[in-house]
Amino acid sequence: MGKIINKKDIKHIAKLAELKYSDAEIDKITDQLDKIINHITKIGQADTSNIVPTSHVLEITNVYREDKVRISFTREESFKNAPLEDEDGFKVPKID
Amino acid sequence: MSLINLGAYELNELIKKKEISVFEIAKAYVQRIDEVENDINAFISFDNDLVFSRAREIDKYIKDGNDILDFTGIPIAIKDNVCTKGIKTTCASKMLSNYVAVYDATVINKLNRHRFLMIGKANMDEFAMGSSNENSAFGVVRNPWNLDCVPGGSSGGPAASVAAFETACSLGSDTGGSIRQPASLCGIVGLKPTYGRVSRYGLVAFASSLDQIGPLTRNVKDSAALLEAIAGYDEYDSTSINTDVPNYKSFLNTDIKGMRIGIPKELMIKEIDCEVKSSVNNALRMLEKSGAIVEEVSLPNLEYALSVFYVIAPSEASSNLSRFDGVRYGYRNTKSRTIREMYKKTRAEGFGPEVKRRIMIGTYCLSSGYYDAYYDKAKRVRTLIINDFKKAFLEYDVLISPTSPTTAFKIGDRADDPLTMYLSDVCTIPVNLAGIPAISLPCGVSKNNLPIGIQVIGDILREDNVLKIASAIESEVKWKMNLQI
Amino acid sequence: MENEFADIKNEYETVIGLETHVELSTETKMFCGCKLSFGAQPNTYTCPICLGHPGSLPVINKKAIENAIKIALALNCNICENAVFHRKNYFYPDMPKNYQISQFDMPVGINGYIDVDMGSYVRKVRVTRVHVEEDTGKLIHIGSTGRISEADYSIVDFNRAGTPLIEIVTMPDIKSPDEAKQYMITLRNILLTLDVSDCSMEEGSIRSDANVSVKLISSDKLGTRTEIKNLNSFRFLQRGLEYEVDRHIDIIKSGGKVIQQTRHYDNKTQTTMVLREKEEAHDYRYFPDPDLVPMKIKEDWINKIKDTIPELPSAKEKRYKDFLGLSDYDSSFMANDFEISSYFEEVLKHHDNAKAACNWIMGDFSAFINKDGITLRQSKITPENLAGLIKMIDSKEINGKIAKLVFEEMYNTGKNPTDIILEKGLKQINDTEKLEKIIDEVILKNPDAVSQYKSGKSKAISYLVGQVMAKTHGKANPQIVNEIIIKKLS
Ligand SMILES: [Mg+2]
Ligand SMILES: [Zn+2]
Repeated sequence: MGKIINKKDIKHIAKLAELKYSDAEIDKITDQLDKIINHITKIGQADTSNIVPTSHVLEITNVYREDKVRISFTREESFKNAPLEDEDGFKVPKID
Repeated sequence: MSLINLGAYELNELIKKKEISVFEIAKAYVQRIDEVENDINAFISFDNDLVFSRAREIDKYIKDGNDILDFTGIPIAIKDNVCTKGIKTTCASKMLSNYVAVYDATVINKLNRHRFLMIGKANMDEFAMGSSNENSAFGVVRNPWNLDCVPGGSSGGPAASVAAFETACSLGSDTGGSIRQPASLCGIVGLKPTYGRVSRYGLVAFASSLDQIGPLTRNVKDSAALLEAIAGYDEYDSTSINTDVPNYKSFLNTDIKGMRIGIPKELMIKEIDCEVKSSVNNALRMLEKSGAIVEEVSLPNLEYALSVFYVIAPSEASSNLSRFDGVRYGYRNTKSRTIREMYKKTRAEGFGPEVKRRIMIGTYCLSSGYYDAYYDKAKRVRTLIINDFKKAFLEYDVLISPTSPTTAFKIGDRADDPLTMYLSDVCTIPVNLAGIPAISLPCGVSKNNLPIGIQVIGDILREDNVLKIASAIESEVKWKMNLQI
Repeated sequence: MENEFADIKNEYETVIGLETHVELSTETKMFCGCKLSFGAQPNTYTCPICLGHPGSLPVINKKAIENAIKIALALNCNICENAVFHRKNYFYPDMPKNYQISQFDMPVGINGYIDVDMGSYVRKVRVTRVHVEEDTGKLIHIGSTGRISEADYSIVDFNRAGTPLIEIVTMPDIKSPDEAKQYMITLRNILLTLDVSDCSMEEGSIRSDANVSVKLISSDKLGTRTEIKNLNSFRFLQRGLEYEVDRHIDIIKSGGKVIQQTRHYDNKTQTTMVLREKEEAHDYRYFPDPDLVPMKIKEDWINKIKDTIPELPSAKEKRYKDFLGLSDYDSSFMANDFEISSYFEEVLKHHDNAKAACNWIMGDFSAFINKDGITLRQSKITPENLAGLIKMIDSKEINGKIAKLVFEEMYNTGKNPTDIILEKGLKQINDTEKLEKIIDEVILKNPDAVSQYKSGKSKAISYLVGQVMAKTHGKANPQIVNEIIIKKLS
C-alpha cells in the first residue's frame, strides 16, 4: 500500500474543515486517514463507464413550497442557545 | 409478570381495557431504570418527574374520553439526535452537550398525536458515527446480555434500553446500519424503513442521502405499529415520499408460501462468524419448511459497498457538520481572539476523534482534484449497487443475510482500529446505499450467550414483504433470552 | 497632457464582466417560511431552517424559481430542464450552515444576452448563467471605525439570511465603465418590468461584483483581472471601474504587474482598496444538496411562465416608435426607464396623445423633477392629472402658455387642472363676440401695425395678436384671434 495522504495534506484538509490537530495527534491521524483512503480507492476498480451517478435513490423531482409566510422565532427563541449575544445579534470575535 | 416485560401492543390492550394506568407503566419503567441504568448507561437525558407528570397528563387525556391510539401512554426512548423541543438534544457530543432543541422533529409531532410517553433521550455514538457506542461524550453503553460487551451502534442507547426493559420501544436512526446492527447485538428488532418513508425533519443529519429514522422494539408487531405511527409524507422534508402509509400490522402472521428469498452470496463472506452463519441458515431452513423458496443470488457490486459508503457518508457529513461553529448555538471556545481561531478550537474541542476523522475523510473526498476520483466515482458505483438490488428484486421478494458479521464484541476491542470497526456494518451498509427497507431480528443465541441477528431486506417501499418474512421468522425460530442484569 | 493620456488610454482595451446579485421580492425566504423583512429588529425573522439549527431541512420556494425562470427568459437564456441546487462550502459567520445553497453546473438559465443601448451603438452582452441561491445574514463590525480590519468584534443579524437571490453572470463583453453602468441600468429596468425585485440600491437589493482587466489592443493576451466587490449604485460601479481601469493602465505603463486581487470601492476616497489577495484559490467543495430534489423545468411550465411576462423594454421601445409615432430618441427615453414608461402608459390610459405626453414628460416635467432631485412618481402630479392637462389643451380649453402656468401649479400643489383653471379663472376665451370687441379696440389703438400689415408685412399680425393676448391675460384663443384679425383687416 503506497502512501496516499501525507502530513501536508492533513494540514490542508484540516484548514478547509476548520479543524486543528496538535503535533502529537497529526502522525496518528495521517496514518489512519491513509489507511482508510487506501481502502476506499477500491472503488476505482469498478467499471462505471456509461453509469450515471446517484444523488438520490428515489426519483422525486419538483418538490416546492408555496410562498406563504410561516411564523418566525421571537428574539428570545433566536438567541435561546446562543453562546454570546447582545441586543442586536450573535457576537463573534473579530473576523480574520 | 411485570409490566415491563410486556410489548407495546400488550400494554396498549391493557390501557384500552382500563386495566392499567399510564402512571403505573411509568412507575414500573422508572423503577427498572433506577435498577439497571448505572450498568447500562442507555440514557443521556432522563427525568423521573417529567415522565411521571407526562404519564399523569396522558391518564387524564384518556379519562377525558379521548381515543387511545397504538402508542398512547407507551414508553418510547428517543435517540438523542432527534430534536425534542425544550429538551436537551446532544447527539452525544460535547459540541451540543447543552443544546436545548428549539423545535420538535416531525416524528415527535406524530408520536405526540398518539400521546406517547417519552421516557428519555437515548445515548448513541457521537453524531451517529460509530458501531459500538463507544464514541459518546456521555460514556459507553453496555450490552444487557453481557456488560463487558458493546451494544452496537450508533443507536446503542435505543437498543440497549429496549433490551434491558428500560423502555418498551425506542426510535433510532440508521445511516449504515445504526438501527439494525445494535438491534442484532442486543437481541431485539430494529427496522430501517425505505429512504423517504419517515421524515428526516428534526433528525440531526449525519449523511442526508442515507439517514432514516426507524423503530427498535422487542417484537415485530411493535415494529410494524411504530413504523406506521411515524411514517408518512412531510412537507418539511423534500425527500419524503408522498404515498399513503399502509397498515403495516396487517402483514404479520400471513402465509409466506411461495415467497421467494434470495441469499446474496457477497454477504455470506468469510468474515461472518460460523455461529452467526449457522443460526441464519437455521432460520432459512425454517422458512423453507413454511413454503418459501430460498436460493443463492449474486450482487457482485456489493463488494464495493463499504468503500462507497465511506466516501459518500463522510462527504455529506463534512458539510452537514459545518454548522457546528460556536456562533449560534452549542459549544464555543471562548478564549479565541479571531473568528478562524474560534472555529478551529471550537470544532477541535467540541467534536470527538471519530467525528473529526469522518469530517476529514469527507472534506478530502470532496476537495478540488479528488472529487471525481472519490465522491463522483462513489456515486456511480452506488448506481451499480442499486442496479444489483433492482435486478435481484425482479427475482426475489426479499433478500436475507446476517445483520452483523459477529455477535457483540468486547468494549475496547476495536476502538483503536477504525477500519475493523467499519467492517461491523458490511452487511447493513448496502441497504442504505440502495435506500431500501430492512429489518434485523433475533434468530439465535451464541454459545457464549450473545444474541445473533438476521437481516431481511425488501425492495423500495416493500416493507410489507420484510414484515411478512420477519413475522414468520419470529414465530418459527425459538431462542432464549438470558440477560446479565 | 490630458490628450496625451487619452492617447495612452486608447492603446488599451478594457474587459469587464459583471456578476450581479438581485434579491427577489417574494413574500418568504428561499428555503423557509420566514417573511422577508428589511430594517426589522435584528434576528426576529429567523427560524430553525434559516438559522441552520441541527435537523432542519430546506424546501424550495416555488415563486422564487418561477421568478428565476422569468428573469432567465427575459434575458434570452435557455432554460435548463434539469436544474439542481448545490452546496457551496466555506465558513463565514454570516452563513448559518457554513455552506450556501446555490447552483453550480446545473443553473436555471444559461447562454442568454442583453442588448445594451449606448445611443450611438448597441453592445450585446452575453449572459453566461442565471442562477438561484440564498443570501447571507448581515455583519456589523464593532470598533472605532466600523471597518472589518479594525473591529474589536462583530455582530450577526440573520434576518436577511435565506433571502432568495438571483445571480446573473455575464461574459467579459463589457468594454468600458460607461457600458457597465448602462448594462446595469438596462438590467434593472428589465427586472423592474418583470416585477420580481424592488431593485432598491440603498437596501442592496441589487449589487454587482465587477471583474476588470485591461490589455493592449494589439495583444491577444488577456490582462490579469481584479474583482471589485459589492458595487451597489450605478455611480459607484462607474467610478470604481474608472479608477480601477486607470490603476491597471498606470501599473502596466510603469512596467509593473497587476496582481490578482479582490478589491472594494470606497466612495469617500473614490478609490478601490485591497480586500484580499487571491493567493489561494477557494475550494468550495460543491456537491448536489442531498436535502433537495432536482427540479424538472418542463416546456408546459415554461410556457405558463412566459404568459406572465409583461412587455419588455425593448419591445416597448419598438412599439412606441412604430405605433405611437415617437422618434427614436423619444422612444428610447420613454421605454428604457421602468418608472418613466409605466408613468407614460398610465397617462395614455386616460388620454391618448402619446406625443404630447412624451413632450411633457421629457420637457417641463423632467426639468422640474431634476431641479428638485425627485422622480416622476415622487412628484405631486398623477398620471391622470397630466392626462387631464393634455386633454384640455387638445380640446382648446386652454392654450399652451396657460398650460405651462397650470402645470406649475399642479406640480406645486398636486391639484387637478380643472380645479386650478376654475380657481384662477384661466379658462380660454373662445367666444368670438367677446374677442371681436377686444380686437376692434386693439386695431383702433395700433394704426401703425395695421398699416404695416396692409402694406404686406404679414409679421405685424403677431404684434396685434400679442396685444389681444395681453389684454385677456393670455386667455384668448390665439388661433381664433388670428383668424378674426385677418378677416377684419382684409
Ligand atoms: Mg453568488
Ligand atoms: Zn426561516
